[in-house]
Amino acid sequence: MDRWKQILITGGILALLALVPLTTTRTDLLTWFTFTLLYITLSQSWNIIGGYTGQQNLGHAAFFGLGALSSRYLWLSGIPLPIAFLLGALVAAFFALVIGFPAFRLRGIYFVIGTLVLAEILRIVVDTLLPRALVLPSKLLSTYSLVPRYYISLGIAFLTVAAVYAISRSRLGLGLMSIRENEDAAETLGVNTQIHKLVAFLISTFFAGLAGGIYAYYSSAVQPGYLFQPVWTFDAVIIVFVGGVGTILGPIIGSVFFVLLQRLLSLYLPGGMHLAVFGVLFIIVVLFLPGGLIELMSKLRNRILGGSRLN
Amino acid sequence: MTELLAQTFVNGINIGALYGLITVGLSLTLGVMKILNIAHGEFLMVGGYFAFWLFKLFNIDPFLSLPLVAIALFLLGGLFYRILLAGVARFHEEVKLKNSLLIGFGLFLIFPQIAITLWTADERAITPAYSGGSLPILNVRVAYVPFAGVIVAIVVILFLHLLLKKTYFGKAVRGTSENWKAAKLMGINVDRTYLITFALGVAMAGLAGVLVGLTQSITPDVGMSWTLKALIVVVLAGIGSVGGAFFAGLILGVVESVGAIFMGPYTVALGLLIFLLILMFRPQGLFGKS
Repeated sequence: MDRWKQILITGGILALLALVPLTTTRTDLLTWFTFTLLYITLSQSWNIIGGYTGQQNLGHAAFFGLGALSSRYLWLSGIPLPIAFLLGALVAAFFALVIGFPAFRLRGIYFVIGTLVLAEILRIVVDTLLPRALVLPSKLLSTYSLVPRYYISLGIAFLTVAAVYAISRSRLGLGLMSIRENEDAAETLGVNTQIHKLVAFLISTFFAGLAGGIYAYYSSAVQPGYLFQPVWTFDAVIIVFVGGVGTILGPIIGSVFFVLLQRLLSLYLPGGMHLAVFGVLFIIVVLFLPGGLIELMSKLRNRILGGSRLN
Repeated sequence: MTELLAQTFVNGINIGALYGLITVGLSLTLGVMKILNIAHGEFLMVGGYFAFWLFKLFNIDPFLSLPLVAIALFLLGGLFYRILLAGVARFHEEVKLKNSLLIGFGLFLIFPQIAITLWTADERAITPAYSGGSLPILNVRVAYVPFAGVIVAIVVILFLHLLLKKTYFGKAVRGTSENWKAAKLMGINVDRTYLITFALGVAMAGLAGVLVGLTQSITPDVGMSWTLKALIVVVLAGIGSVGGAFFAGLILGVVESVGAIFMGPYTVALGLLIFLLILMFRPQGLFGKS
């Protein structure tokens, strides 16, 4: 019964989202929605490695950037869009495979520093190799429309969420969570932690690459170095933690909240001041609400319903 | 060619002393408190702007403003510890590391925006009348200000070294960093040790900021790049080693400067690559004990 309810709700939301471009032609609204879906993909992909597996990968931007850059080149060189997306994501995952073995020799703080620095290396190399902005050819610019961008980001976001849902219910997911809780204990109980971490890393970076593909397809002009900026990592991490780390709904709620607040605050606050507000919010969540908005919501629900739905 | 190399070497020492100074603070908090302060570079920025203000508004010489900046940043660091980190510092090691990292993230978002509001996004540099002067030694120009910066860095690090080795507070710090529970049982006030350690680290970042403002320039988004530099040097040196951090900073500065002759803009990437290799094959650092 509960399962059918879940499917019904998910289907309903998807149907509603699919109708959005038919009911409105306002580009600002469509851009909001597209970005929310992009952030759902990006943060959910980080959630796999950072939330479920507990490995604080601060180099996520590298995989986003690799996916974006390669799918954009492939797409513009005439390869069909879905294949370009897929190949871009595979490039990101392949890079993860190459650096995965050495990176996972590092633990704790060294893993954090190592991944952060790795993304920085890539950013600097890309910035130096490709200093000029990539602009869409005029033929594509003249036919630019947000609607296909919206549908593609909807499809990919759905795919990502579904994948994370499947993982969280699988044997693999259990293994990942056991690593998060206690890596040594997991190893003792027969979980091959190295393989588990690597698989989680590959899946996570694959979807990060897809998120990059969305951005590459969306933006009419982009500076290659910008795709590798640490801000992509930070946004993903913030969304996951504000929403609820290691949960399915957390990154979704976090993304909606993030984009909504971003757009609203930038209307009323000067310049990038909304970032400072995010910083404050983020710190409050880390200090007082370690479960994120999800926890807040379930607490509120319990209070309103008098604790009748604790289970 | 030899002149060019010698000149580059001197420049490398100049910048390397800055790397050393910024790293010592980060290494101290990392080694003693086991927290990673991603916002370390942001405090460097604040220190730089503070000295810039003192210079522009009150005409205080930047070298005289060093103690003022150190005191101000020490207080600021203490305040931040009390409000944000005191609760976190009590956690189990992994949770502590993660939470401190996330708080650093938050600060990283807040600080540049405040700096833009207070000082605009323009590049700011502290330029006293003597700032362009230099002394020629055997065809190598030794600029006064960066040279004085090296001296300042050495003095500050010697001070820290003596503080850690010769005083009761130093003993408390070393005891806490080895085993805070045992230290607590021996009657050491761990919370206060943490407070002072963090405040000292922030003050060191602020001092480095003044020197950065003197020799280069300060912008609101300068923090992250210095944090990254400090992280690299920390790993090169090994966590918690004060003298090692300074020498590793010098090494990185010289390698970068000399490398720039041969590799141009790729030097930064080279430095980072070396760093990754060391991280993988010698994680205890060049000067650390295994």
